[in-house]
Amino acid sequence: MTRTAKNEPPGVVWLGTPHFPVAARTAVGDPQLRENLRRATTTIRSRRLAAVGELDDWEDLRTAGAAVKRAALRHLDTHLLRLEESVERAGGTVHWAADAAEANRIVTELVRATGEREVVKVKSMATQEIGLNEALSAAGITAYETDLAELIVQLADDRPSHILVPAIHKNRTEIRELFTTTMGQWGRPAPENLTADPAALAEAARLHLRERFLRARVAVSGANFACADTGTVVVVESEGNGRMCLTLPETLITVMGIEKVLPTFADLDVFLQLLPRSATGERMNPYTSMWTGTHDGDGPRDFHLVLLDNGRTATLRDTVGRQALACIRCSACLNVCPVYERTGGHAYGSPYPGPIGAVLTPQLAGIEHAPSLPFASTLCGACYDACPVKIDIPEVLLHLRARAVESKRGPLPSPEALVMKAAATTLASPRALAWAQRAAALGGRVLARRGVLRRLPGPLARWSASRDTAAPPRETFRAWWRRTHRRPGQ
Amino acid sequence: MSSRQEILTRIAGALRDVPEDEGAEAAPADRRSPVVRHPPDPVALFAERAAEYRAAVTRTTESEASAAIGAALAARSPARLVVPHGFPEAWLPARRTWQRLEDDPPLRPAQLDAADGALTTCALAVAETGTLVLDAGPGQGRRALTLLPDFHLCVLRSAQIAPDVPTALRGLDPCCPLTFVSGPSATSDIELERVEGVHGPRVLHIVIVEPDSRGADTHP
Ligand code: SF4
Repeated sequence: MTRTAKNEPPGVVWLGTPHFPVAARTAVGDPQLRENLRRATTTIRSRRLAAVGELDDWEDLRTAGAAVKRAALRHLDTHLLRLEESVERAGGTVHWAADAAEANRIVTELVRATGEREVVKVKSMATQEIGLNEALSAAGITAYETDLAELIVQLADDRPSHILVPAIHKNRTEIRELFTTTMGQWGRPAPENLTADPAALAEAARLHLRERFLRARVAVSGANFACADTGTVVVVESEGNGRMCLTLPETLITVMGIEKVLPTFADLDVFLQLLPRSATGERMNPYTSMWTGTHDGDGPRDFHLVLLDNGRTATLRDTVGRQALACIRCSACLNVCPVYERTGGHAYGSPYPGPIGAVLTPQLAGIEHAPSLPFASTLCGACYDACPVKIDIPEVLLHLRARAVESKRGPLPSPEALVMKAAATTLASPRALAWAQRAAALGGRVLARRGVLRRLPGPLARWSASRDTAAPPRETFRAWWRRTHRRPGQ
Repeated sequence: MSSRQEILTRIAGALRDVPEDEGAEAAPADRRSPVVRHPPDPVALFAERAAEYRAAVTRTTESEASAAIGAALAARSPARLVVPHGFPEAWLPARRTWQRLEDDPPLRPAQLDAADGALTTCALAVAETGTLVLDAGPGQGRRALTLLPDFHLCVLRSAQIAPDVPTALRGLDPCCPLTFVSGPSATSDIELERVEGVHGPRVLHIVIVEPDSRGADTHP
């Protein structure tokens, strides 16, 4: 298992392993992982197709979803200000965080103010992105994950590998073993004679977490949507751990990327149809919670909404790449991706794996820091067809490939930039592309000492001054793919 | 500069390509309202879809409602049942073998956890998805009541069933806390095998109450 998060400086947990080819090689060599992934993605694909096929206006829904999201992004400031006003009118407090460090600081201080040293958490990609659990832990606060898969990942001291089923890389026997050996260290131990039956494992998790829910005074959540006109925040889930966290504690802190805002409550008519069918292939997920500020005598007395930028405004600046911010994190693109199916999520090195990770991570982090990710695709287009908000992932990938190459210009000689510029058409030519990528990898190596870029040139200098940047991979994705995927007889 | 100001400035800078006169209000041209579906028999569809998510479903009539609810309870034989204020008295079974918890004063989480079930109404339901929506109104109580006990018996009138999600949303007030419930809690986190019942109630029983005249037609 690739585990580099611990070695990263705090605050950049989400840059775990951006050397896609190297990480992918490890993953592809793991037959258990590949089998788990293949089974899971195949199952979920057919479920999704059935759920989507039921609605004869599915294409219109996708078009509407894309239109609402893209228009919302074009007026993001207006909608955020309106959201702030609505939430505060309803009794909540809104905080703005420019980056991961600030968001972590805000949440830490809010928890400290309650005097509590424990928080329960609902699965949230934004808090993984900013490394909130680690930041809280550094402040002496323990964050307990309550989603079954996240619990598995936390007990295993592992990292999520799929947006929706983060423990997709573990099978039942591994989970049984894990529960038996580790649950006791965190709280109520697993029942004796625990079997590997998924129902028994779920029961063990229920018992383990129940006492924690009853005791919890502070919860941290993410958000799937927030409606600017009403201030309503929406969390979509299956297990009920979300409801527990959103209802029982006295203080609720929600960390939400600024791109999640929807103009109106009425817009949910599209998204509550698009999301569950695309995600789990269900007509509707078991539980969806909506709350608007605080509600007298029902649920938390204090509600804090932390609006997170952390690279989103930089992404917004790119008129082609911007569309990635429309993502509703359904994970349909992961499940149809031939590359993801073989490599799993860890290879993408951020909480955002698969095709969406390949376009989002380089933009959030800066293309210089994940230059191999836009190449982690065969451009087959399956992700675009599956995406409920019609993000043209292949278009963004191509665009980012060009940027990845351009980003190394400036004071440096940049052979790949010349190649890419001189022959934009080479993108259609596998051999030329392979060459260009190899050249890009070599170009980066010139700067690197011991595989780490100590200081980046130009405007990146400030970023890199405080942290080490991984050098571009020695082996390009394509070279790795050729070397590792030659079928017998080829 | 505060981070709020900083972020707003960054956004304004990032959106220079957006024409000044493009209003934030204008609904995009491609934004059409979703089709409203008209299932021939929304009640049957709701019953079928809710059952597909492994909720138990009983259809009954107004005059037989309390007997049907009594039967649904008998299957679980609860000792302590949460029945929030505002639950229609006429629906309560005549013979009560359980103690009623009314949440007044509010029950502590541990007390709720020790209750054997909750009997509530709901705000509305969605036929197409087999979904119940709770809005903490009379007969429903606060959100925790239908969360901690392991059994939820929810009673609704057939007239409360909306055909689809868009229609249902138009009938809801976002000022209330809203909970959409589609079947018992579930997880597919282990090898994508669906397991009913993780943290929310593991058993969901829905009683649909139809007007008497209709009941008379179907049960001659
Ligand atoms: S990019 Fe589209 S398909 Fe992929 S997770 Fe986001 S919304 Fe879903």
